[in-house]
Amino acid sequence: MPKLIINDQEHDVPDGITLIQACEFAGVEIPRFCYHERLSIAGNCRMCLVEVVACPKPVASCAMSVNDLRPGRDGAPPTVLTNSETVRKAQEGTLEFLLINHPLDCPICDQGGECDLQDQTMAYGFDAGRFQDNKRAVEDKYLGPLIKTYMTRCIHCTRCVRFMTEVAGVDELGAIGRGEDMEITTYLEHGMRSNLSGNVVDLCPVGALTSKPYAFVARPWELTKTPSIDVMDALGSSIRVDARGREVLRILPRIYEAVNEEWISDKARHVWDGLRTQRLDRPYIRRDGKLEPATWDEAFGVIAERLKALTARRSAAIAGDLAAAEEMFALKLLAEQLGSPNIDCRQDGAKLDPALGRATYLFNTTVAGIDGADAVLLVGTDPRVEAPVLNARIRRRWRQAEERLPIGLIGTEADLTYGYDYLGAGPETLAKIADGSHPFLKRLEGVERPMVIVGQAALARPDGAAVLALAAKAAMKIGAVKQDWNGFNVLHSAAGRVAGLDLGLVPGKSGRDVEAILDAAGKGHIEVSISSRRDRHGAAGAMLRHLSGSHGDAGAHRADVILPGAAYTEKDGTYVNTEGRAQMTSRAIFPPGEAREDWKILRALSAVLGQPLPFDSLQALRAQMYAACPNLALLDLVEPADSGAIEKLAAQTAKPGKERFGLTVDDYYLSNPVARASSIMAALSAMHAGGSEKATGTDG
Amino acid sequence: MLQDKDRIYKNLYGLHSWRLKAARARGAWDGTKEMIARGHDAIIDEVKASGLRGRGGAGFPTGLKWSFMPKNDARPSYLAVNADESEPGTCKDRDIMRHDPHLLIEGALLAAFAMRAHTAYIYIRGEFIAEREILQAAVDEAYEAKLIGKNNVNGWDFDLYVHHGAGAYICGEETALLESLEGKKGQPRLKPPFPANVGLYGAPTTVNNVETISSVPDILRRGATWYASLGRPNNTGTKLYCISGHVNKPCTVEEEMGVPLRELIDHYAGGVRGGWDNLLAVIPGGSSVPCIPASECDDLPMDFDSLKAVNTALGTGGVIVMDKSTDIIRAISRLSYFYKHESCGQCTPCREGTGWMWRVLERMANGEAEKAEIDMLLNVSHQVEGHTICALGDAAAWPVQGLIRHFRHVIEERIDAKATKPISPSVPVAAE
Repeated sequence: MPKLIINDQEHDVPDGITLIQACEFAGVEIPRFCYHERLSIAGNCRMCLVEVVACPKPVASCAMSVNDLRPGRDGAPPTVLTNSETVRKAQEGTLEFLLINHPLDCPICDQGGECDLQDQTMAYGFDAGRFQDNKRAVEDKYLGPLIKTYMTRCIHCTRCVRFMTEVAGVDELGAIGRGEDMEITTYLEHGMRSNLSGNVVDLCPVGALTSKPYAFVARPWELTKTPSIDVMDALGSSIRVDARGREVLRILPRIYEAVNEEWISDKARHVWDGLRTQRLDRPYIRRDGKLEPATWDEAFGVIAERLKALTARRSAAIAGDLAAAEEMFALKLLAEQLGSPNIDCRQDGAKLDPALGRATYLFNTTVAGIDGADAVLLVGTDPRVEAPVLNARIRRRWRQAEERLPIGLIGTEADLTYGYDYLGAGPETLAKIADGSHPFLKRLEGVERPMVIVGQAALARPDGAAVLALAAKAAMKIGAVKQDWNGFNVLHSAAGRVAGLDLGLVPGKSGRDVEAILDAAGKGHIEVSISSRRDRHGAAGAMLRHLSGSHGDAGAHRADVILPGAAYTEKDGTYVNTEGRAQMTSRAIFPPGEAREDWKILRALSAVLGQPLPFDSLQALRAQMYAACPNLALLDLVEPADSGAIEKLAAQTAKPGKERFGLTVDDYYLSNPVARASSIMAALSAMHAGGSEKATGTDG
Repeated sequence: MLQDKDRIYKNLYGLHSWRLKAARARGAWDGTKEMIARGHDAIIDEVKASGLRGRGGAGFPTGLKWSFMPKNDARPSYLAVNADESEPGTCKDRDIMRHDPHLLIEGALLAAFAMRAHTAYIYIRGEFIAEREILQAAVDEAYEAKLIGKNNVNGWDFDLYVHHGAGAYICGEETALLESLEGKKGQPRLKPPFPANVGLYGAPTTVNNVETISSVPDILRRGATWYASLGRPNNTGTKLYCISGHVNKPCTVEEEMGVPLRELIDHYAGGVRGGWDNLLAVIPGGSSVPCIPASECDDLPMDFDSLKAVNTALGTGGVIVMDKSTDIIRAISRLSYFYKHESCGQCTPCREGTGWMWRVLERMANGEAEKAEIDMLLNVSHQVEGHTICALGDAAAWPVQGLIRHFRHVIEERIDAKATKPISPSVPVAAE
């Protein structure tokens, strides 16, 4: 541990860190613009200059390693001053230079109130400007529907360029020109083709890159900030929901090292306009083929009447992809009370079975565990689309590896932002890995901690169970499952899936799964199905469906009774992410109109049916839920699952078919009802589909 | 005065052929094999003993620089020769490359050998087209004669590549040069790590100026004592001086270190236009060093330490002479524009400061400034100096500081003149 004197106080600091980190370690604040812990060091803003005694010039603390400092002549530890006259002058000078060409338009700048330049000018700047000449003006750039540019404000810190190149893995942003004519641009000015691009808005220390959908909407101090969890993918990124009154105005990431660090995907960040449109704000009943507004009592009445005349086997329950654990638990209890074995949470038909053990459907390595992996085998998954932030983590691991990290892909080829070996398209290739005859195993020699990541595309097919077993076999073969390392991973794409499996929302004895339920409904065997947030298309048929959901999406159009529910920003719900980490969302706003939290709807319905569910409050519900499924109570923790289940699974001998693995997500931006209601997502989808980017105003 | 026998650059003016045969007749490639046989460290020690200091401007002891290269490293080592001579007022490397390229090639081999490098790159300035062609032809000759290349006669495998830049001044900065050589945008890197540790393609690299490298063969051939006997202590050897500006015969000349400035101007350059008394100021080391007024030029030895004593620097040895017809403010303003134009834009003080200084100077040249702005300008130049990633910030600040240090009165007079000059009345005269 190098010793260091920082402002007269001696500190032992960790080996190999930079001076700016050492100062933070010592509790001394160093102002900075270009430096960011998660990006490479640029050292170009010159705001973090400090004085190192016996050094002729001030030193950029972000770029200087504590190990490079020389001790003093008498052997004393190197002395660093952060508040000397030299440092103060250097900071004032840098700020003056940054401000001479920065417009003084703070009153109309969206960054106002959360602007690094504003804050640091207040803290470290000089009170008067001396620059008399004209300020520079820079033409604004088009960077797509998410990022609004005001390039005159740019201070050329290059955080955005480094983020896009290093983290997002898209070499689309760069600097052209030199000197004061340097400009940040995509050069051809097309929208950035990355689903992580929204993060550059957070990174921009000034108002050069701001959120386009949020432009001129609100000031940060007007917003109520609620910490919550994202449900757009199964990663469960930590988010902060910023709302004013009854509207969510923006969503920002929260730092959570174990999951999303401080990035979120564009869908998580910009889906908020979908929370306002197409909302179901009152119950509806289908009368003469038409949905008509109704009261809660009428809606419940219709359901109770139909159920009364039915045997239990002719009813069914389906939980949707965005459902929270609480409502799924209530749905399960309700189905049990009705005596129906027809219950399922696997809307896409993924052949995952909780009976096989928890380890067979979790991302066992954990997201943070990716950092320790030394080989990756992707099976039927495109993590860049299914979990963009997780993909960025794999990319980082790939970048950090000293030699090329062996990454193999079986499935549909895609640009993953890192190099991989394309091994094959379907189960046959996987079988070759499992029996050890595939040449890719040569590359895995000497590898100690390999990962296998199985996507839903490999599982949501008739032979999904066999593919899962084969993947487990392959994982055993390449040594991915051992005493201190579990490298068998299932990457989910639905936020509610793991909780559903944990709670056992799968068909009971001789019960029907989703496909069979729809099939049976088409044939008239099933007449009543209660769906919670069900959104996918189903077979048409003469059946009575009850939908409790938040959005008027495809599912709602076919329902006979609609019970309006709350979206994820409007309720306190438990979601378990793909790692098996239970996390809780918080209510940021109230649901619109007469919409209610889903568990309350189910509780009220049960009362009308004359079989009230055994709880009256969320606390009581949770107490029972935790008793039934203890791991849901371990908030923010991952309990390692028993890897013995994978061994058992690998011993199965079922043979999968030959059909190639497809894609889990057809259109990343339109993969759930909230996103489909969002105009921002629609614009992004159109952009990525290759349509005209700059709308002319007459394009419909 | 340097005697002919002590000259290193015997064909500086291109009076003879640059080809291999002629170069050999002048002594190049003589005993190279024996010099290499002396061993890596012996060469470094010899260069250290000669007192050779880098000729690119900063004057860092060359032998010491070479000794920083790691000796047992799995990575390959590289030598990069900085031939991106872009400093205004400097034209020495160009003459070496077009008239005596074999000195450079031989020097590159010896330097690379001393540093255990098998590969060297010569990064040549984008505007030097003919020079690149000659240099490339000379390299080809050397390959053909098996003087360099694999299994050459000198006993050290050595590949030499001539790389053509695209004409950016900043690529003459050593780390920007490496970036550019790697195919990236020419922007200086942060130091540390220094190139000797992490340089070209992440491998140990030393960057040396053309003149430095070209001096090495003669130092080794004739011995460190001979070289050290020339010049003055700590400023040994010979140096190419380029005298330009208001002199009768602008020229490049090889002279001993510490030659008096007046001798350079009067003896070699045919004197100041209009006589010595017509001298206004001299920029003694290329555009990036502060100018000095005529009063300090009378008895000034031209070497690193003597010029440092008068608050300027030897730099590249490009002497820019200005007589009394010069508008010194406009002259410095023009240099300031050059630095504004050539700033890479990476770090804040240089990107913003160079433009600011130029704009203020431009107004001062027109007398359209406040007197208080002189001190402000000086302050701004200090805010740039020493706060940047590379030395371009310093190079942009020093000319301005030199101007204000010595010619503040000129600026003040011009401001006064503008202020007191009656605005010409544009009242139309009524027709009679």
